[in-house]
Amino acid sequence: MSLITKGLTGLRDWVDDRFPLVQLWNDHMGAYYAPKNFNFWYYFGVLSLVVLVIQIVTGIWLVMNYKPDATLAFASVEYIMRDVEWGWLIRYMHSTGASFFFIVVYLHMFRGIMYGSYKQPRELIWILGMFIYLSLMAEAFFGYLLPWGQMSFWGAQVITSLFGAIPVVGQSLAELIRGDYVISDTTLNRFFSFHVIALPFAIAGLVVLHIIALHEVGSNNPDGVEIKKLKDKDGKPLDGIPFHPYYTVKDSVGVVVFLMLFSAVVFFAPEMGGYFLEANNFIPADPMKTPLHIAPVWYFTPFYSILRANTYPFLGVDAKLWGVIFMGLGTMVFFLLPWLDRSPVKSIRYRGALYKSALGIFVVCFVILGYLGILPVTDGRTLVAQICTVLYFLFFILMPFYTKWDKTKPVPERVTH
Amino acid sequence: MSETAVDLDRRRFLTGTAAIIGGLGAATAAVPFIASFQPSARAKAIGAPVEADISTIEPGQQVTFKWRGKPVWVLRRTPEQIEALKATDGPALGDPESAKSEQPEFAANAWRSSKPEFLVLVGVCTHLGCSPSFRPLPDADTGPTWKGGYFCPCHGSKFDLAGRVFAGVPAPTNMTVPPYKYLSDTRILIGESDGGSA
Amino acid sequence: MGQDQAGTGKGDALMKTFIFALCLMGWAGLVSANVAGPALLESHASLDSKNNLQRGARTFVNYCLSCHSASYMRYSRLADDLGLTKEAVAQNLMFTTDKIGNPMQVAMKPADAEQWFGVPPPDLSVIARARGADWLYSFLMGFYQDEKRPTGSNNLYFPTTAMPAVLSRLQGIQVLKPAAEGDAAHDGGHGGHAGPTLELAMAGTMSPEEYATTVRDLVSFMVYLGEPAKLVRYRIGFWVIAFLFVLFIATYLLKKEYWKDVH
Repeated sequence: MSLITKGLTGLRDWVDDRFPLVQLWNDHMGAYYAPKNFNFWYYFGVLSLVVLVIQIVTGIWLVMNYKPDATLAFASVEYIMRDVEWGWLIRYMHSTGASFFFIVVYLHMFRGIMYGSYKQPRELIWILGMFIYLSLMAEAFFGYLLPWGQMSFWGAQVITSLFGAIPVVGQSLAELIRGDYVISDTTLNRFFSFHVIALPFAIAGLVVLHIIALHEVGSNNPDGVEIKKLKDKDGKPLDGIPFHPYYTVKDSVGVVVFLMLFSAVVFFAPEMGGYFLEANNFIPADPMKTPLHIAPVWYFTPFYSILRANTYPFLGVDAKLWGVIFMGLGTMVFFLLPWLDRSPVKSIRYRGALYKSALGIFVVCFVILGYLGILPVTDGRTLVAQICTVLYFLFFILMPFYTKWDKTKPVPERVTH
Repeated sequence: MSETAVDLDRRRFLTGTAAIIGGLGAATAAVPFIASFQPSARAKAIGAPVEADISTIEPGQQVTFKWRGKPVWVLRRTPEQIEALKATDGPALGDPESAKSEQPEFAANAWRSSKPEFLVLVGVCTHLGCSPSFRPLPDADTGPTWKGGYFCPCHGSKFDLAGRVFAGVPAPTNMTVPPYKYLSDTRILIGESDGGSA
Repeated sequence: MGQDQAGTGKGDALMKTFIFALCLMGWAGLVSANVAGPALLESHASLDSKNNLQRGARTFVNYCLSCHSASYMRYSRLADDLGLTKEAVAQNLMFTTDKIGNPMQVAMKPADAEQWFGVPPPDLSVIARARGADWLYSFLMGFYQDEKRPTGSNNLYFPTTAMPAVLSRLQGIQVLKPAAEGDAAHDGGHGGHAGPTLELAMAGTMSPEEYATTVRDLVSFMVYLGEPAKLVRYRIGFWVIAFLFVLFIATYLLKKEYWKDVH
C-alpha cells in the first residue's frame, strides 16, 4: 500500500471509531441494493438533488448582492446582471434552476404514480415527498416576489388575497401574511427570510427524511416487484445491485446529460419565451398599475386553472371561495393516493385498460389545465377548464372503484427488462 | 453477475479519465463564483481616480481629499521642509530607501513624490490603520527636535514630512503614496499614474 | 439499456384518450381571442454588428437620453462592449456627466416629468426585455399626426401615449388612413379585417429606408442595453456544452464498462 493510501485509510479508521462512517457508506451506497431494472424515469430523484444543490449555491451567491428592500430590490437584480462579475450567469442559473426544479419534480412524481411507488410499504416516502412538493411551491412563491417586478408584486397580491376568501378570518389572515394592507416592503423582507432561510432548511430536512425512509424499505422498480422477496445465499436480493458503483456511475451519465440541457437554456434561452423569466417582470413593481394579464409562473398554472374554473356559487359559498377550496384540494388530494389505489398490482405495466385510460385522461387534463392557466379567460376556455377540473378530481374520487375493477396481469417473480 | 473476468485496469483508467475531466469541469465552474467576489463595476466606478485642485494650497498647508473611501493628503511643503528631508543626520528611519513600502516608482526618493513641492500620501498609518495627525511643529507628543511630520495617536508611530516611518515605532513601513499624476500645474489625478492605475 | 419506456402496452385505451385530448386542446386553441392591436412590424434587430450598435448608441444618446434615463448602464461598459475608446465615449456620448464610470442618468427630475408629461418617462434600461424588440421598432415607426392629442401626435401601437414624436424630424410626419371598408382580407390572424395604415404626409430628413435602418439600429442598441451579457453568453454556452459532451462520452464509457457485470 502506498503512503497516501495508508494515510487515508488510517484517517478513515480514526473517524470510523468515533462516527458510523463505514456503516453509513455501506447502508446507503456500497451495500444498498437497488433493483437492477431502473429505467429513464429513475433519474429524476438524483436530478432533483442536483437542482437543489444548484439552487442553494447560486442562491447563496445572489444574496451577497441582492437587496431585500422595495426601493432597492429591482435595481439590485440589475446590478447583479451587469456590475457584478459573472453575476448574470449566477442569476440565470438560479432562475432556470427554479423552473427545472419543477420539471424534474413533476416527472419524479409521475414515476411514482406510474410504478405505484406510493403503495405499501412506501406510503411515508410518498407523504414526505408531498411535503417537499408543497414546500417547494411555497419556496418558489416567496422567491418570485424578490425581483420586485410587476409580475412579482401582482402575483403575490393575488395569491395573498386568496386567503381573504376564507370566511370570518380571511381578511385578517391576508393582512397577517403580508404584514401590511397591501404587498409592501414589509412583505418583501419576510418573504426574503422565508425564501432564504426557513424553507431551504425545511426542504433539506425533508429530503434527508425522504431518503432515509426510502432506504429503510428499499426502492421500487418499473415492474413493481419486491426484490427483497428473493435473496441469494448471502442474503442479497437476486434482482438487486449495490447502488455504488452501478448507480453512481449510471446517474453520473444522467447528471451530465441534464447539465447539457440545463446549460442550453441558461446560455441560449434563459427567458424561455417569457415562461422562465416573464417579460412583465422587467417592469418595476407599480402598486398603482395592474398589468393587463396576470398569470402565475408556468409550474403553478394547472392549479390556477382549477381556481379560475370555479365560477358558480353554491351551498351558500361564493365562487371565489370554492375556487380556493378546490385549488387547495387539487394539491392535497395527492396525499391520499396510497389509500385510494385498491389495485393489488403496483406498476402500470401490469394494470388493465381501465386504469391506463384513467391515468391517460388525468395527464391530458393536467397538461390542458396548465396550458389554459397561461391564457386569459374566455367563456369557451372556462368550460374546457371546468371539464378538465371535473375529470381531474374524478381520477382520484373514482380510483377506489376502477382500481378494484381493473383487470390486472400477473406480476412476475423476477424483474423484466 | 457476468462470467468474464473483470478488467480492473480498464475500470481504473475510465474512472480516472472521467474523474479528471469532471474535476476540470468543476474547477472551471467554480471560476465565475470566485470571480464574482471581485470589486464590481459599481465599486470600480466609485473607486475611480479623483481629480484634486491644488491651486489654492498655501506653502506649509495640507488639504485632504477622499479616494476609495480613504483620506488622501496633499501637502505643499515649504522650501525649508524640502531641504530638511535631504538631511541624513536626523533620527534613524525605518525604511529610508522605501524598499519595503508602497509607492509608485517615481516616489521612491527622499521626498517620496514626483515634484518635491507637493507630497501626496494616503493618510492611513501602516501599523493598524488609524489616521495620523499632521504635526508640522514640535509639541509634547513629538518632542523638541521634531522637524515636522505625522504622529499617530493610536500607538505612537511617527513619520516625517515625506511620510517615511521612523525607526523604533510600531508602524513597519512608510506611509503609502497612491498612484497619481499631474493633469496640469493646478490639478492632480489621484488614483492613476502614467505607469497605470491602482 | 433499452429499458421499457413508460406507456408501453397502453394500446387502444390511451390512443383514444390522446385523441380526446387533442380535440380538447384544439377546441381550447380555437376559442382563444384575437391578438389585441395591429400586427407588429419585424425589427430585424441584431447584436452582430458593433458598428450598428454604435450608431444606435448615438441615436439613443441624442434623442432619448434627454427625457429617459438608462440608469443601469454605465458609460464605461458601453466603451468596452461596443469597441469604443473611453475618450470616444466621453466626447460623443456623455452629455450629462463627466465620469466614465457613471450610469446613463437623465437630468430631468421625476416630479417635473410628471408635471410636463403626466407620467414620468420610464427608464429604458430593460424596456427591450419588457416589450420586445418588435414592439419597440413598431412603436418608433408608428407615430402619426393627431391634433386631438396634447403632443399633437399619437401612436398606432400605443394609443394615447404621452410621448411626443421625437423622431419626426428624421422620419417625417405620418397621417392615419382609416381601415378600408368592406375589405374582407385576413391579416393572418383568426379572421380580423385589415386595420388602419399610416402614410407619410411630409418627408423628414431621412428617406424611409434610412429611417428604418436608424430605428433598427436604435432598437438593436436597446436590446443590448437590456442585456449586455447577451454579447457573450452564446459563445460561452457553446464551449460549456461542448465540454459537457466530452464528459458525457467519458462517463458513458465508464457506465458501460461497469454494467457489463449486470445480467
